[in-house]
Amino acid sequence: MSPAGPTPSTVTSLRVRSGRTVELLLTLFALVVVGLAYVNVELAVREEVPPDLWWHLGTLTALALGLHVVLRWRARYADPLLLPIATLLNGLGLVMIHRIDLGSSSSSVATRQLLWTGVAVAAAAATLVVVRDHRVLRRWTFLAMAVGFLLLLLPMLPVVGHEEFGARLWIRIGGLSFQPGELAKIALTVFFAGYLVSTRDALSLVGRRLLGMQFPRARDLGPILVAWGLSVLILVLQRDLGSSLLFFGLFVAMLYVATERTSWIVIGLTLFMAGAVMAWRIFAHVQARVTLWLDPFAAGQSDQVAKGLMGLGHGGIFGTGLGQGYPYLTYFANSDYIFASFGEELGMVGVFAMLMLYALLVERGLRTAIGAREGFGKLLAAGLSFTVALQVFVIVGGITRVLPLTGLTTPFLSAGGSSLLANWVIVALLLRISDHARRPVAERAPDPSVNLPGVPGVTSR
Amino acid sequence: MNTPIRRLAFLVLAMFTALLLATTWIQFVAADGLRDRPGNRRTLIDTYSRERGAILVDGTAVARSERTDDDLRWVRRYDQATRYSHVTGYWSFTYGAGLGLEKARNAVLAGTDDSLFYQRVVDLVTGQQPSGASLELTIDPDVQAAAAEALGDRRGAAVAVDPRTGAILALVSRPSFDPNALSSHNLTAVDEAYQQLTQDPAQPLVNRAIAGDLYPPGSTFKLVVAAAALESGDYRADSELDGPVRYTLPGTSTELPNFGGEACDPQGRPTLARSVQISCNTAFAWLAGQLGADAVREQAQEFGFGQQIEVPMQVTPSSYPDQLDDAQLALTGVGQYDVRVTPLQVAMVSAAIANDGALMTPYLVETVRDRDLEVIHETRPRTMSRSVSASTAAALTEMMVSVVQGGSGTLAQIPGVSVAGKTGTAEFGSSGAAHAWFTGFAPADDPQIAVAVIVESATDNWTGETGGQVAAPVARAMLEAGVAP
Repeated sequence: MSPAGPTPSTVTSLRVRSGRTVELLLTLFALVVVGLAYVNVELAVREEVPPDLWWHLGTLTALALGLHVVLRWRARYADPLLLPIATLLNGLGLVMIHRIDLGSSSSSVATRQLLWTGVAVAAAAATLVVVRDHRVLRRWTFLAMAVGFLLLLLPMLPVVGHEEFGARLWIRIGGLSFQPGELAKIALTVFFAGYLVSTRDALSLVGRRLLGMQFPRARDLGPILVAWGLSVLILVLQRDLGSSLLFFGLFVAMLYVATERTSWIVIGLTLFMAGAVMAWRIFAHVQARVTLWLDPFAAGQSDQVAKGLMGLGHGGIFGTGLGQGYPYLTYFANSDYIFASFGEELGMVGVFAMLMLYALLVERGLRTAIGAREGFGKLLAAGLSFTVALQVFVIVGGITRVLPLTGLTTPFLSAGGSSLLANWVIVALLLRISDHARRPVAERAPDPSVNLPGVPGVTSR
Repeated sequence: MNTPIRRLAFLVLAMFTALLLATTWIQFVAADGLRDRPGNRRTLIDTYSRERGAILVDGTAVARSERTDDDLRWVRRYDQATRYSHVTGYWSFTYGAGLGLEKARNAVLAGTDDSLFYQRVVDLVTGQQPSGASLELTIDPDVQAAAAEALGDRRGAAVAVDPRTGAILALVSRPSFDPNALSSHNLTAVDEAYQQLTQDPAQPLVNRAIAGDLYPPGSTFKLVVAAAALESGDYRADSELDGPVRYTLPGTSTELPNFGGEACDPQGRPTLARSVQISCNTAFAWLAGQLGADAVREQAQEFGFGQQIEVPMQVTPSSYPDQLDDAQLALTGVGQYDVRVTPLQVAMVSAAIANDGALMTPYLVETVRDRDLEVIHETRPRTMSRSVSASTAAALTEMMVSVVQGGSGTLAQIPGVSVAGKTGTAEFGSSGAAHAWFTGFAPADDPQIAVAVIVESATDNWTGETGGQVAAPVARAMLEAGVAP
């Protein structure tokens, strides 16, 4: 599609920018913002410049720049916005967790979170190094399914499984607790992408038309029923509304992207509604959530939602300023409710900025999906981006009463290692796909080190 | 697959738009409503997070804010807590500003008062934490201490004012309480302490000196009746009154006796001066009838009865009844029936007499200073009313001196100082139980301090002691402390 120029030289003069310099500058900018936020918090709370500023900020800088170097080395054309956004969100999360530590009489969640940031960024770098081409993942479609289901069901095991706040989501080995559902999210996205790429024709073309919609055959309904059953199982056994909603929403969205059939959405939503109404009728904890959603100040109910709202209201438009509010008065101030903590201290303005960061992250992910050159990459990128969007929507929507509150982590911000790990790996996979999508034709020569046997249509390129 | 991905992007856009709208609603539209919700701890903490002004007596803080490490940032401390509890009141996270100056001058102490507007603007610009103004009181710590110690564990109240200015020199109510127990940050302990205080039958939270259930003034009211008599022009100090051993109340067969059933005068014709000196009941019952209810009521009002007074705490107005038959009128002459007073009001009667008849408005706050010690407000003495003429005041003073020299109030004598006083034994209920009163001032020729003391009857049928025996020593201690050497 090159424009017909007088000489071929016009074509060669179009150099594709790798974006690595932009990425470096934006990442440094993100680190400066995080550093200023950290100093701001310490000045407000302890009235001194943090003595460990350089050590802490240095660690974060080393991690971000390390990943940047890995990208220069292994994914030169990767999207330049993903790393700065993830760094900024992760860094601000660290600052807020530290701020809440200061408010709640000397705990050290922030130190642990910084440690986990190291682990997560290392995992992201490892992902980029090990997964040289995202298409290899397609080979592991059913392995991913097995791993995903296993991870999901791990908390149900007797010894390692662990229940907290009425939800059975954790495993605990030694002193370390982990939420395997976060990683299951990635495994299942890989599985959905692989599975749907192979079966999309059967799902989209075969079937009966009814009321102007293409309805699938009964046997093709199988997978969606399985996914539905799985999310209901999570809901029932683990009492986790959030994850259940997340998995099912993710599956329906990917099904829709794969088949381009609105009927799937209708079927999906119908099934979801049915499941939701059932859950509401059967489970007391679901009913409590709905009651609190409709009236957060209802007497005799938990005041969790109410406290979050009061925090947000206290912040108002411009917020109290970092370190000058009372975010620790809210339950789970550094995990589920960290968004309310930001809302209190940074105000509506700050919260808008953070939502914009998420929107931008998701937008870059979806753009990667559009740019990806084959179905698997498209589905995987779309699926991964959409989980981030959906997760933000479900948790922030729960805090702001757009929908009933369900406990979920806020990507990159919430305290918690599993969530951080999962989200950095998601970013790594998006970077990997975007590198493939943005790489200019001239450089798209097959990498001899990447051998993709058994993946149809890949080796032939 | 690009079309559905684009549609998915629109769905994401819609989701984020919903979040932006919801956030706007909560943080912009509903924010004020959320802040004002009852039990919003953040709003509460905010009012506690700025330094509250101190309350100072003679340069020493009796209430001050101390920095803490917890949420509330400042804790209120009361040194000499029980001595000043009814002056300071309390400042509690759970129960707010209660009683005393903490409540009455809350806005100034908290720094939200309009008079501090200029300072708040400066704070806003310089980024300083806003803080409240401090109050310097008129209290004389020696008089306050003397009153508190002399009252001891007995229920009652003691007030002292400077008759020349109206400055309150002492304000004590017993039983007392510890405001520290309410200002503590241990909220469960605060809750317990508050329950205990409110349920205590002795009602320690009530400021009996200015805001308790009003007391019958007993014989101290005879000063008002005597003043009315002198002011009427029909009587002088040596005018003879009708003072039999027993006085039959007009229109009834009820007989009013003198204290102890004694005669006021061998002939039953004591002079006005003599009647005051020995506190002759029958003469004053008769005199009230002669003067009429209106004359007595008007004189009472000249002394401050029925007036709304803020010192700045609200003082319950003392009252003289409206509708009286002759028997009731006679009873008011000895401070019984429905005459009701606060100890401060009784002190004001003495103060007016001491100050040549000019009644000064009582006040407790000398100056208000902002954080930089700049004086924001200074109370100037104001004349409240011209209660009696100077000659009436002089005549009354002479009579009150005789009370202490050789009448019912000899226990108030101070060597080398001439003390003017009046005792009272105020019956209440029907069992003969009585409160002990004493009011007076010193030195009689150059008054510096006027006092009123009431010691409540411990039981309903306790009649053993009179004002002269129980209350006069307390007054004496205060007067002694208040008279400049």
